[in-house]
Amino acid sequence: MPRRWRFLARRLGFYLAAAWSAITLNFFLPRLMPGDPSAGIVDKLQRVSGQQLSPSALESIQKVFGEPDTNLGRQYIDYLGQLAHFDLGVSVSNFPTPVSDLLWQGLPWTMLLVGSTTVIAFVLGTGIGAAAGWKAGSRFDTVVSPLTTFVSAIPYFWMALIGLWLFGFQLGWFPLSGGYDADLPIDFSPSFLLSVLHYGALPAATIVFSAFGGWLLGMRNMTVTTVREDYVLLAQAKGLSNRRVMLRYAARNAVLPNFTGFALALGHVVGGALLTEVVFNYPGVGYLLFTSLQQRDYPVMQGVFFLIMLTVLLANLLADSVYALLDPRIREGG
Amino acid sequence: MSTAFLTSWKVRIGLGILAFFCLLAVFGPWLVGTLLGLDPRENDTSVIAQPPGAAHLLGTNQFGQDVLAQVVAGARGSMYVGLLGAVVGTAMAILIGVPAGYYGGKVDAGLNFLTNLFLVLPVLPLILIVAGYLEGTGITTIALIIGFFGWSGGARTLRAQALSIANRDFVRAMRMLGERGRRLVFAEVLPHLTGLIASMFLHAMIGAVMAEAGLAFLGISDSSAISWGTMIQSAQQQSAVLRGLWWWFVPPGLCIALIGTACALVNFGVDEIANPKLRVARPVSVRRAKRLARTGGGA
Repeated sequence: MPRRWRFLARRLGFYLAAAWSAITLNFFLPRLMPGDPSAGIVDKLQRVSGQQLSPSALESIQKVFGEPDTNLGRQYIDYLGQLAHFDLGVSVSNFPTPVSDLLWQGLPWTMLLVGSTTVIAFVLGTGIGAAAGWKAGSRFDTVVSPLTTFVSAIPYFWMALIGLWLFGFQLGWFPLSGGYDADLPIDFSPSFLLSVLHYGALPAATIVFSAFGGWLLGMRNMTVTTVREDYVLLAQAKGLSNRRVMLRYAARNAVLPNFTGFALALGHVVGGALLTEVVFNYPGVGYLLFTSLQQRDYPVMQGVFFLIMLTVLLANLLADSVYALLDPRIREGG
Repeated sequence: MSTAFLTSWKVRIGLGILAFFCLLAVFGPWLVGTLLGLDPRENDTSVIAQPPGAAHLLGTNQFGQDVLAQVVAGARGSMYVGLLGAVVGTAMAILIGVPAGYYGGKVDAGLNFLTNLFLVLPVLPLILIVAGYLEGTGITTIALIIGFFGWSGGARTLRAQALSIANRDFVRAMRMLGERGRRLVFAEVLPHLTGLIASMFLHAMIGAVMAEAGLAFLGISDSSAISWGTMIQSAQQQSAVLRGLWWWFVPPGLCIALIGTACALVNFGVDEIANPKLRVARPVSVRRAKRLARTGGGA
């Protein structure tokens, strides 16, 4: 037991160090650019928008990226202080909306879309994978496994475009862009919720379709390996029912790596749907990053990255903890 | 390991597809130019957004450019990014993973922290931010960035392998004979990792091709370069989907998917040789065994 806690404490230390490194990276990246970073950003912004920036916008950029006369150490301390208050600066293209407000607006959409699809893809892929691996070499396995390989090799955004073209454009079953019917007021009325479902169905389907193959192949290969272990043979020799052996003995041990993978996938909920949200113009965090990139809205870009990084690190910590709880063999290292 | 994996049909088909695309990338643009007289950049305003036909086998895009010529030119762009990105990524994985596993101790602590750090950083958003800050991102820069951020998984695998090799008898014997550290690592340990590195390289290549396509799709690319990614991006930007110009964005995506499948096939074949448990009986022999069991039981 204490060994397990020592393992977790060491991992916690690592994630704190990782978070600090990433925050520092986020601070230094713009400052590594040649010349004065805020001047460079102002310059680019004026080129993109074609007009002069207002003095207050200028001030907010200097607040995030540093005034040229302040020394770097001072800037770094100010920056850390702002982050501690979740003050991520002010958006330049949506001046003067705070970046954190934009993040809070996008977050529920992304969490809803990617959160639900991550769970569905995991359950579906792991289930089919266990079935394919249990009877490796069966007709089901020889059809499903190569097909899945091909599906996993398809670039996601391209498949999403095809889906949009086929089901949105040709068949007209789903709307072509957006997250809800813009004519309806945003509230919890049944008609609004129905429109959210209708708009979300196609993006969700494309995510599940592209993601479940990875779970399937991983689970299949683990099951194939576990099925040949001695304890499974013993369970069969004892005359236990096939079903019981498959679920209680083989699948239970085979699912372990997939389970850690699942915890990690939860970390990619915020950042993982970038391409989906771009293809479908879905109003989430990924789309926010995309538009801020196009408009060279650096404070928003940095804010989104900060949020994505935090969730990824948290999920990794969670995955480590789950693993330490599930697998008693876990020791040092890692 | 050497050539045993060539007996697997999966490996042979995969390598065949990869060889085809390599040849296409090297000779394709020249062939299309001289034999068919097509230029991927030429705008023929008399044939805008034509569906596939005799004059233009894969049709033309919104700018009157021949899609076939673009796909072939894109093969060169995408394969270039794939190879360069994979070379950079694999080289970094070797330089960081192998010494970490071999030397252990403080070297390992430092290098392993670096690996774990890059392993948990969200790579795609990070690349986006970096590329967003860099001015004038050419196709080479994109490939370098992709390689620079994509080595961590490989480094972890190599570290584990190097760790096990460093403790084997022949390495210990060489060390006792007074062989120097660096030569030992690169001349004695590394050759034992070639199979692993080769499959890692393939993984990295398809990863880089996909990453470039994704980045181009998000508008991070050199607008003058032609790759499969920039083709899909310009199709998306010109609303090819909403106007039903499927022949513009279907071929480049299909090419990426084919290369991805080819890499996966090769890796499957290699995995099955390395780990015989994954090698499943062929359906024919399963059926024969069943029949034998049945007749045997009846007799």
